[in-house]
Amino acid sequence: MRQDPEPCTALLRARGLVKEYKSGGGSVEAVRGVDLEVGAGEFVAIMGPSGSGKSTLLHVLGGLEPATRGEIWLRGKRADGLSPSAWAVLRRRHVGFVFQFFNLLSTMTVADNVELPALLAGATPKQARKRREELLAELGITAKADAPPSRLSGGEQQRVALARALANEPSLLLADEPTGNLDSANTNDVLRLLRRAHAGGQTILMVTHDAKVAGLADRVVNLFDGMIADDARVVPAQRLKGQRRETAIGNFLELSG
Amino acid sequence: MTTVPPVPAAARLRPADLAGLASIGLRTRRLRAALSALGIALGVAAIVAVLGLAASSQAALLNEIQALGTNLLTVGNGQTFGGATAELPPAAPGMIARLPGVTAVQDTGAVGGINVYKSPLVPPVETNGLSVDAATLGLPAVAGTSVAQGGYLNAATARAPAAVLGATAARLLGFDRIRPGTRIWLSGGSFGGQWFYLSGILRPDTYAPELDAAVLVGFPAAQRYLGFDGHPSQVYVRTASDPAVTARVDGLLAAQANPENPGQVTVSQPSAALTAQADAKGALDTLFLGLGAVALLVGAIGVANIMVISVLERRQEIGLRRALGATRGQVRGQFLAEAVLLSLAGGACGVAAGATATAAYARAHGEAVVIPPDAWGGGLAAAVVIGALAGLLPAIRAARLSPTRALWSI
Repeated sequence: MRQDPEPCTALLRARGLVKEYKSGGGSVEAVRGVDLEVGAGEFVAIMGPSGSGKSTLLHVLGGLEPATRGEIWLRGKRADGLSPSAWAVLRRRHVGFVFQFFNLLSTMTVADNVELPALLAGATPKQARKRREELLAELGITAKADAPPSRLSGGEQQRVALARALANEPSLLLADEPTGNLDSANTNDVLRLLRRAHAGGQTILMVTHDAKVAGLADRVVNLFDGMIADDARVVPAQRLKGQRRETAIGNFLELSG
Repeated sequence: MTTVPPVPAAARLRPADLAGLASIGLRTRRLRAALSALGIALGVAAIVAVLGLAASSQAALLNEIQALGTNLLTVGNGQTFGGATAELPPAAPGMIARLPGVTAVQDTGAVGGINVYKSPLVPPVETNGLSVDAATLGLPAVAGTSVAQGGYLNAATARAPAAVLGATAARLLGFDRIRPGTRIWLSGGSFGGQWFYLSGILRPDTYAPELDAAVLVGFPAAQRYLGFDGHPSQVYVRTASDPAVTARVDGLLAAQANPENPGQVTVSQPSAALTAQADAKGALDTLFLGLGAVALLVGAIGVANIMVISVLERRQEIGLRRALGATRGQVRGQFLAEAVLLSLAGGACGVAAGATATAAYARAHGEAVVIPPDAWGGGLAAAVVIGALAGLLPAIRAARLSPTRALWSI
C-alpha cells in the first residue's frame, strides 16, 4: 500500500479516499473509499447522478478540501497530508481548475483574470502577459481581452476560465461540470477546446453528468453513492484514430446503454 | 505531457503587487471606500491642523522674538518686606547704564492717581484702566516698539503737556491717527485736570505689553503738571547681543538698581518669558487632540466594518484565489493591505486637509506656515496602524474561509 508500483505512469493516484462531512450530530460520507489512477495525458470523465460525490471527489483531489482518510499521490508524491498553504503552492504549478459557474473575478478584465495564476506562481508581468496573449489567441477571445467578464457570453466566460486554468500549463486540469451552465453550441465550443488541450498532451479530469460530454474522454468513471461503480476505457476513441468523432461517441453511447 | 517552462516558484507577493491588488478592491468600490476613509481623514486632519496651528503660531512668536532681539532686560518695582510696592531709587537708570555690556537704558515712571479721558465730560468712573507713565525720550526703540502715528516725545514736548498713546490706549480712547490739536483730558483726585496734546501713537509692544495700555508723557511734564515724584518704576535695559553678556548683566541688575535692597527689585527677560509661554501654549491643544483621536477611532471602526462586508461580498473571489493557488497568507495579506491602503489614503487626505487648514489660518494671521513632521508623520503612521488593526480580523476571517465553501456560496 505504501509502495507505488508504477511511480512514473500515474500522474494522479488516490487510494481508499474518504471524505466525511460533519452535519448536525452525525457525519455524512460523500466519498466512500475511492481508488483511482489517472495517467499522464489521460482524459478521464467522472460521471454520476447528483449527490454521488463527484464534485467532492474532484475538490479533494485538487486539495480544495482535505481528505478525511486515504492517500492522494500527485506526480509520484504524497499530497494528502499537505497543509492548505502547501496545497495552494502545489496547485499553482500543477493543478488547474475550471468550474461550472466560471468564477471569473468581476473586478478584473478578462486579460487580468487570465494573467492572475501566472502572477500568483511568481512569473514576471511580462511573462504573464505573453502567456495570456498566447492563450487568448488560442481560444479565440483576444478581442475581449480588455472587457470585464460580465460583458461576455457564458461560452466566452468559460473559455476565459479555461485559459486561466491552463495559464501555468498545469500537470492536471480539474474541470467541474465545465459545460453544466452552457447551451449546446457553447458546450460544443468548450468541449472542442478541452479536446484540443488534451490532444496537446494535457491531462484532464472532468466531472459531468452529461453522457455526451463524457463521451469525449478516454475513460469514464461512474460514481455512485461515493464509490466507483464502473471504470471503463472508451476504446474506439483511442484505437480508431482516423475515425470521425461522431462514430466514437456513438460507440460509447452504445456501450453505456 | 507538455514541458513545463522554468518559472520562478516565488511563493510570495511583492509589496508593489500587493498594493496593486489591494487598490483593485478599493477602486471598484469607490464611494464606499471614500466614505469609510473619510472618518480617518477627519481624525488625521484634526490632529495635523491642531499641531500645525500650534507650531505655526509658536514659530511666528519665536520669529518675532528673534527679530526683536533677546537682549532686553527689564527692571521693575519689587515689594518691600511688608508687602508694599518698593520704588526704585531715582538714580537706578543711571547706575544701570554704567554696567559693562549695557548698551541702552530707558525708563518709565508710573504716575499714580491720574486717569485719562477723551474729554472732561466723560464720567470719571470710565477710566478704561489706562495708566499714565512718565517716559524717557529713547523708550520705543529700546522697549521693542516704534511710532505708528505722529511722533514720539522730544526734548521740547517732554516739558509740554503732550502725550504719546500706547496701542491699546489709543484704541480704547478712540484715536487711530494724530490730527493737529487733538488732546486728551488727564485728571485725578488731588488736582483738577489738564489737557494734554497728542503727539503720537505707538505700535503694539510684544516685550512690554504694559506700554500698550499706557499714556506716556515726558518726565519734566509729569513733574510739572501731574505732581509726579520722579521715581522710575520700570527700567528697560539693552545689552550687547551676546547671550552670555545678557546673562551676566541679568545677574548684576538687581544690586545695581537698588544697592540698598537688591531683593526689592524685579528683574526679568521678556524674551525668555515669551519663549516659555509659547512652549506652554501647546498644553491647551490636548482637548482638540483628544477629539481628533475620537474621530480616528470612529474611522477605524468604519474601516473594520467595510472590510468585514468586503470579505463577505467577495467570498467567491477568495475561494477562487485559493483554488488558483493563493495561500492563506496571501489572502490575508490582500485584505490587510486593502485595509491599510484604505486608511492610508484617508490619512493622506487628512494630512492634506489639516495642512491646508493650517496654511489658510496662518496666512490669514500673517504667520509662517509650519507643519511639524511629527504631525503629518504621526498622522500617516496612525492611519497605517489603524488600518492594520481594523483589517486584521476581517483578513483572518477571509483566509480561514474554506475554498469550496467560498466557491459554492455564489
